[in-house]
Amino acid sequence: MRYLPHTAEDVAAMLDVIAAGSIDELFSTVPDSCRRAGPLKLAEPMTEWELSTHLSALAAKMAVCPDYQVFMGAGSYEHHIPATVLHLLGRSEFVTSYTPYQPEISQGTLQAMYEYQTLVARLLGMEVANASLYDGASALAEALLMAIRITGGKRVAVSRVIHPSYRRVAQTYLTPGGFDIIELPYRADGRTDLSPLDGMDGLAAVAIQSPNFFGCIEDLATAAETAHRSGALFVTAFSEPLAYGLLRNPGMQGADIVCGEGQSFGIPRSFGGPGLGMFATQMKYVRNMPGRLVGKAVDRNGKRGFVLTLSTREQHIRREKATSNICTNHSLCALNCAMYLASVGGTGLRELAALNRDKAEYLKKRLAEAGFGIRFAAPTFNEFVVEFPEGFQTTYERLLEKRIVAGLPLDCFYPELERNFLLCVTEVKTRDDMDALVREIRS
Amino acid sequence: MTLFPAAPGLILNEPLLWEKGKRGRCGISIPARDVEPCPLEEDLLGDAPDFPDLSEVDVVRHYTRLSQWNFGVDSGTYPLGSCTMKYNPKINDTMASLPGFAAAHPLLPESLVQGGLRLMHELERLLAEITGLDAVTLQPAAGAQGELTGMLMIYAYHANKGSRRSKIIVPDTAHGTNPASAALCGFQPLKVKSNEQGILSPETIAEVMDEDVAGIMVTNPNTLGLFEENMREIADIVHRKDGLVYCDGANMNAVMGIVHLGCMGVDILHLNLHKTFSTPHGGGGPGSGPVCVSKHLEPFLPVPRVIEEQGRYRLSEAFPRSIGKVHAFHGNFGIMVRAYSYILSMGPELKTASRLAVLNANYVKESLKGVFHLPYDRPCMHECVFSDELQKDLKVTTLDMAKRLMDYGFHPPTVYFPLVVPGAIMIEPPETESKEDVDLLIEAMKAIAREARENPDLLRTAPHLCKVTRLDEVEAARHPCLTG
Repeated sequence: MRYLPHTAEDVAAMLDVIAAGSIDELFSTVPDSCRRAGPLKLAEPMTEWELSTHLSALAAKMAVCPDYQVFMGAGSYEHHIPATVLHLLGRSEFVTSYTPYQPEISQGTLQAMYEYQTLVARLLGMEVANASLYDGASALAEALLMAIRITGGKRVAVSRVIHPSYRRVAQTYLTPGGFDIIELPYRADGRTDLSPLDGMDGLAAVAIQSPNFFGCIEDLATAAETAHRSGALFVTAFSEPLAYGLLRNPGMQGADIVCGEGQSFGIPRSFGGPGLGMFATQMKYVRNMPGRLVGKAVDRNGKRGFVLTLSTREQHIRREKATSNICTNHSLCALNCAMYLASVGGTGLRELAALNRDKAEYLKKRLAEAGFGIRFAAPTFNEFVVEFPEGFQTTYERLLEKRIVAGLPLDCFYPELERNFLLCVTEVKTRDDMDALVREIRS
Repeated sequence: MTLFPAAPGLILNEPLLWEKGKRGRCGISIPARDVEPCPLEEDLLGDAPDFPDLSEVDVVRHYTRLSQWNFGVDSGTYPLGSCTMKYNPKINDTMASLPGFAAAHPLLPESLVQGGLRLMHELERLLAEITGLDAVTLQPAAGAQGELTGMLMIYAYHANKGSRRSKIIVPDTAHGTNPASAALCGFQPLKVKSNEQGILSPETIAEVMDEDVAGIMVTNPNTLGLFEENMREIADIVHRKDGLVYCDGANMNAVMGIVHLGCMGVDILHLNLHKTFSTPHGGGGPGSGPVCVSKHLEPFLPVPRVIEEQGRYRLSEAFPRSIGKVHAFHGNFGIMVRAYSYILSMGPELKTASRLAVLNANYVKESLKGVFHLPYDRPCMHECVFSDELQKDLKVTTLDMAKRLMDYGFHPPTVYFPLVVPGAIMIEPPETESKEDVDLLIEAMKAIAREARENPDLLRTAPHLCKVTRLDEVEAARHPCLTG
């Protein structure tokens, strides 16, 4: 086996030093009661080309562009990934290292994470960002738990138009602690209805996503005021951070904790993972923050360097009193994100975000002109909900046969939204692609 | 004279991202505008983010230089205990980047993602076979999230019986994630001591096991690199009071093809695909932490689950007792592809991998015994734990020796863990390290022990060959500067 370098001669020489007669002897401490009866029932090793053939055949049974036109976002977005990002991310000094516990030999990862934290904090208008969590869903769960720790409140209010999967994960995390999740409904215009918050107390957090799951841009400033009036921390979430190339950032609007998914920033969709849990807050809450943090340091000669810091929040030091159980995070995805943002730049991000918005508006307009209902009136970024007429399911299936995925049916998440579909357009879709979609839907 | 890997060389400086660049540059190609602008209302608009504008070349040089300040498994021996820094086969990365996998949307209709669902289903079956357990979820994104999933299942198991137990037994040798994961589920970790042999005694467990204990979390092999020989008896004790046995499988690399977790009495186990199954550690992730369970706990696994029916695959939510979802989608699929590729490439040779990992560790243990203090002198599994006890009088610490090892061209071992060994030096030389490489590591460690006697200042001021000398971590924590 090419990954196993030991020759018979090596094994013999090593056993000699150990003074053992065989490798089996080294397992003498494993009692019979713990041993398996027979050998592993696994097929013989595949050669590299057999493996490649097998996996290519599996990969061929996946619908991806350019064969398929997919107008679906919903937390996983199709953006162009520059070739440079993929190349640089393949540098094995990054890929094959681990958590930079020993800073002097890990300055590459550490400086890159410090830069990532800075870019994220600037994008979201927050004072500090951590070095990543797993995904947008666990980031929301961690944000709610952090708010519970800070305020001592036992319940949280969560908008019903936060990504349904994020809400489910938050539910999973909060259940054993006995914390209640109050759902805030959405209004006719697609934004969160804040009225149930009036007079509510004992809340640890109010959580709103913007753009929300329907693509609608929320009024975060008003939500922040409402949250703070009730003594809660204001948590904002996102699944499409590119929107903040254009939108007023959450920090400017009173967010205490911002969390979300960073896949949009150059990370392949990869059937849903690995993605990137982005997480930011204000400095006064930093000691309650989950996840790793990189900070600036100096060496013995006064030279600038970077280290993991404030680790007394973390499980390896604080154990059961830690702010989170997270150890391995999504460092390489954070690096991926930083490389992407460095490539796009501030000017580029603005332009790219505007293009996403404008293209989505184009499709929205064409569909409206074709007589389909735009379900919600609130302004949107690159996703929106369309209400199609009775019998559209047949059209949807027909389009699938033509290799077009006309958005995500919403009724499985929102039973009241039968015949409503969430459509997404990013910079990779051309006007021709969108015209073709409208044409096919109408035919 | 032995030629160690480290050599002084040219290191290039590189400023922070925002210390370079010029407004108006751009490092990506933005598609031409083919639609009219449709501006947003003023009150929704923010300023463009304050990011530097860089050219493509600026970005390429920046990250190339940064990468050269790093050390990975591909650079050299990385004996970081408990982390299984084995070689990460390149073919696995190539497979994960096949466009059909890398570009797939997670919410596509099932008929359009049969390849991915099949891969997940088969990986679940492979992991079940390797562990000897019955059912598997691939959703957890890392080992710690796997632990949390396991704890949630223990909680759900008792809740389903109408009981709420408050404690979890956690040995003093456990990873910090264990008590932290238990606490997240509202359990109070009940710390128990391992015996003078470094393992758990059944009597210790019997003393604390009662009807308020939901279960036990055991790492086996444990973090001292020792096999918990009394595992079956301990499991029986816990089961008799209807507790559950959770095994932290972080150290599974020692025992593939040898142990059977079911026979061992384990109900729930998490694996780290980024340790045992060769997926890259990525500078701290992403990993993947599948959870394997015995039959009676299957109803509690996270949903959706992948179901196979006559060669067709679908996702099912029809498990009413499930703990729910722990990931937004299906878990870290890109990591699963790599682990699946690894298992198919290795087949039954996985057992050989474990045997050689254990051989390497015992070889290091025997070779360095006497040079460094060995607190538990017993046959070890895939890693061995020394301490700085013999260097104490020389006023040289574990940290000094770890830093000095960099000057020889190695990544340091895990230090000051496990906590039961003061000044611990935890060495894990995975099976992909050849005898020559392990010999060099041993020789470097011996040279450092010698230097501790002859020139201890060399160690106290180490490292000398890295991009930076020793960094002041205390000051960094006292006045945190977390953004620029």
